[in-house]
Amino acid sequence: MKRTISVTVNGKKHTSEVEPRHLLLHFLRDTLYLTGAHCGCETSLCGACTVAVDGLAVKSCAMFAVQGDGRDIVTIEGVTENGKLHAIQQGFWEEHGLQCGFCTPGMIMASRQLIERNSSPTDDEIRHSLEGNLCRCTGYQHIVNAVRTAAAIGRE
Amino acid sequence: MTPVITETPTHVGKRIKRKEDPRMITGTATYLDDIKLPNMHFAAIVRSPYAAARIDRIDFAAALQLPGVVAVFTGADLDGVGNVPCGVSLPGLRIPDHSILAKGRVYFSGHPVAVVVATDPYLARDAAERVEVDYTPLPAVADPEKALEPGAPAVHPEWPDNVAFVHKQENGDIDQAFAEADVIVKQRMLQPRVVASPMEPRGAIGDYKSAEGALTLYSSTQIPHLLRSIAAAVLGVAEHKMRVVAPEVGGGFGCKADVYAEELLVCFLSRKLGFPIKWVESRREHFQACSQGRGHVDFYEIAARKDGTILGIRLKLIQDIGCHQQLLTSLIPTLSVLMLPGLYRCKTFRAEVVGAFTNCFPTDAYRGAGRPEATYGIERIVDILASELKMDAAAIRLKNFIEPQEFPFATGTGLIYDSGNYAGTLNNALDTIDYAALREEQLQLRAKGRLMGIGIATYGEICAFGPSPYTPAGGWESATVRIEPSGTVTVHTGISPHGQGEETTFAQIAADELGVSMDDVAIVHGDTAVVQYGIGTFGSRGTAVGGTSMFFAIEELKKKIVKFGAMLLDSDEVQFTAGRVVCGKTGNSVALAQIAAASYRALKLPPGTEPGLVATSFWEPTNFTFPFGAHIVVTEVDADTGEVKIIRYVAVDDCGKLINPLIVAGQIHGGVAQGIGQALYEQMVYDENGQILTGEYTDYALPKARNMPWIESSHTETPSPVNPLGVKGVGEAGAIGAPPAVVNSVMDALSHFGIRHLDMPLTPEKVWSAIQGARS
Repeated sequence: MKRTISVTVNGKKHTSEVEPRHLLLHFLRDTLYLTGAHCGCETSLCGACTVAVDGLAVKSCAMFAVQGDGRDIVTIEGVTENGKLHAIQQGFWEEHGLQCGFCTPGMIMASRQLIERNSSPTDDEIRHSLEGNLCRCTGYQHIVNAVRTAAAIGRE
Repeated sequence: MTPVITETPTHVGKRIKRKEDPRMITGTATYLDDIKLPNMHFAAIVRSPYAAARIDRIDFAAALQLPGVVAVFTGADLDGVGNVPCGVSLPGLRIPDHSILAKGRVYFSGHPVAVVVATDPYLARDAAERVEVDYTPLPAVADPEKALEPGAPAVHPEWPDNVAFVHKQENGDIDQAFAEADVIVKQRMLQPRVVASPMEPRGAIGDYKSAEGALTLYSSTQIPHLLRSIAAAVLGVAEHKMRVVAPEVGGGFGCKADVYAEELLVCFLSRKLGFPIKWVESRREHFQACSQGRGHVDFYEIAARKDGTILGIRLKLIQDIGCHQQLLTSLIPTLSVLMLPGLYRCKTFRAEVVGAFTNCFPTDAYRGAGRPEATYGIERIVDILASELKMDAAAIRLKNFIEPQEFPFATGTGLIYDSGNYAGTLNNALDTIDYAALREEQLQLRAKGRLMGIGIATYGEICAFGPSPYTPAGGWESATVRIEPSGTVTVHTGISPHGQGEETTFAQIAADELGVSMDDVAIVHGDTAVVQYGIGTFGSRGTAVGGTSMFFAIEELKKKIVKFGAMLLDSDEVQFTAGRVVCGKTGNSVALAQIAAASYRALKLPPGTEPGLVATSFWEPTNFTFPFGAHIVVTEVDADTGEVKIIRYVAVDDCGKLINPLIVAGQIHGGVAQGIGQALYEQMVYDENGQILTGEYTDYALPKARNMPWIESSHTETPSPVNPLGVKGVGEAGAIGAPPAVVNSVMDALSHFGIRHLDMPLTPEKVWSAIQGARS
């Protein structure tokens, strides 16, 4: 039995019919064609699917689409504003915070939340904030640099 | 004269941010699962819950009843498709039948038994659960040592000894070396299976167009061209009608340098059903049915004089093969034999490799592929030897290193090491970490009951695979360089990068060689319909072989550019420099863009010269390259919990000339992280029945940000003479240096307990138990 949901994604309102069991991640990717959030494990452990739901970084494989009803969601595609890269995107680019890029949207969404809350995070705080995000390429060092640099850009 | 790379680089050697990144940081890169084709259907695979069983009955009527389910296939339906191929030839190699769906019997937990096709991926999974399969479980064996014991369950009934192959290699008089030795040290070591685990799982889409008989396979692969040749042959499709596309690939680490049943299956299904079929691996399936790394049981023996001089090395290596031969499964341990002596001068050795079939998914290439295993073995046994001789771990290495003036150095295993300064990197690392002071500190801490360890590992590796006679499918690489009519540059490379950043490093090289901006260079890869035949990305070969082929294509183009420049300037005394052809007499010059326009407009041509500016090179290397390095790790072990903390990690690597230090650092960090994971956290565990105990990230510990130390990475630069770029390759170095460096460090921390060796991963429980055992 499908249900009608109304979700705001990256500032645009969408009304759709979804199966109650449909994951928010798959709704974003397959219904709205926002394929930036990635499916790396489907068990909420890798964080590649992280998006912001009402301002909180959330793993979209751990939420049903119906739970997104009435909420305001930002995905990686909505982080760039007016064609200008967000500080966190600049940080990842500047510091080579990505290699294959698959975990990157999730890393960016998780660390974007950190620098919104803490404009001068320590390296330990950065590593702690990425507890829910796995990367197999970088060894995290350049990601830590990226977030530190992004925080500095954000403070300017 | 051999051409050389430009001596006044403006891009090469610089820390330049990547051209790949804008699409990835904005979520607009297209990975396999992002591709949606018209009328695409979805496959879900029914997998065996048993590691060994007879299939008695498959009933899929209930699955077919679900609206939206269009077909179910089993092993009985596989007409027109061959087996998953083995790419290795070794004398006596046993190659089991490996059909893309099980036929009557399953050999590993996760073995594909049937496939369901539906209009929606959720529906396909629902239907897969409705497929009823009756099995008669059979005895299974998952441990490679047990598999070789008499009376062990036979993985394949036709080969009751479970021996896949025996490979022997030796050099010198090993018996005499051991007879003459002052000291002989032996150690059994395990190198458990680990899972490659790129963040993007595998995935494939088959798209068959019956009107043309044309098949397109989209796959998250490292080897699009090899995959095309193999898949075309297995499926009976003419190669020119088959296209393979590797879209953005989210990491591979060797596990995607393979050919899998699922890739062939989606092609088979699309041809049967007439529409595109997508299959994307779940993470659970990645643990079940993607090739895994390592899986060694090693028995090392080393003979030495009392001054530490190594006289000979004996190795018996049992390689866990798994139940089938994937593309390179049985090749990997033979590479371990080639690297057996590491960086040491000793040429006398005897090695025997036994491949053992087990009821597990096959092992195959995983970052380093045979070289991390060899390095771990030699670096552990040398450390144990040092402690037996009461020698310092650095001193014993310096004593045995091949010296700079000895290159090129012929090893006892048949390799020619190209260049190196092994003592240079080790001394650099020792200075960086202030080794003498650390040893003092260690004594002081130990007096206070604190367990600090210092671990050294030095490594060499075989990279830039490789001369064609030594590789299963050709070891050259290709590039086509096109100067477009506007003067911008398009490079088609046969390698298939998936995170390594060659769109940037190649653009740096091309920009310097052609005197253009990096923004005016596009590096194209991964589509066999666009790019000339190539080999792919693995074995740290991308820049060393692929970059070199691009370099030679550019060299060829330069000759033509000069001819057009000379014509336009009406002078014979011209040279090409910084993007312009300049007349030596008048100082007049023409820019590359003007030359390109003239070459395509073709109003006038230099004598004997064709229009256009395109050149292709297929470059065959004369040798492998041999990067090397020294890693030193300081750890502290918590005696109460057994937890290991890495206090410092110093990596001095020599990968030849650095094209982009930022990207090189990233490669080192990532490799080290995987090596630390292997040393401390990761292990693929099967129980005695072949059941998977670590089938998700809940149970398999991938390193997280907080597990990783700060890596102090630096380089020495010993150019390789094998290619004009002087590069050696860096993709695997970190994963090779880290495991022995970390384990040596922890063993050093525990040495005064009399604990000589513990096997990876050094989990808190294992370390704690060893300390308790030593104390009681």
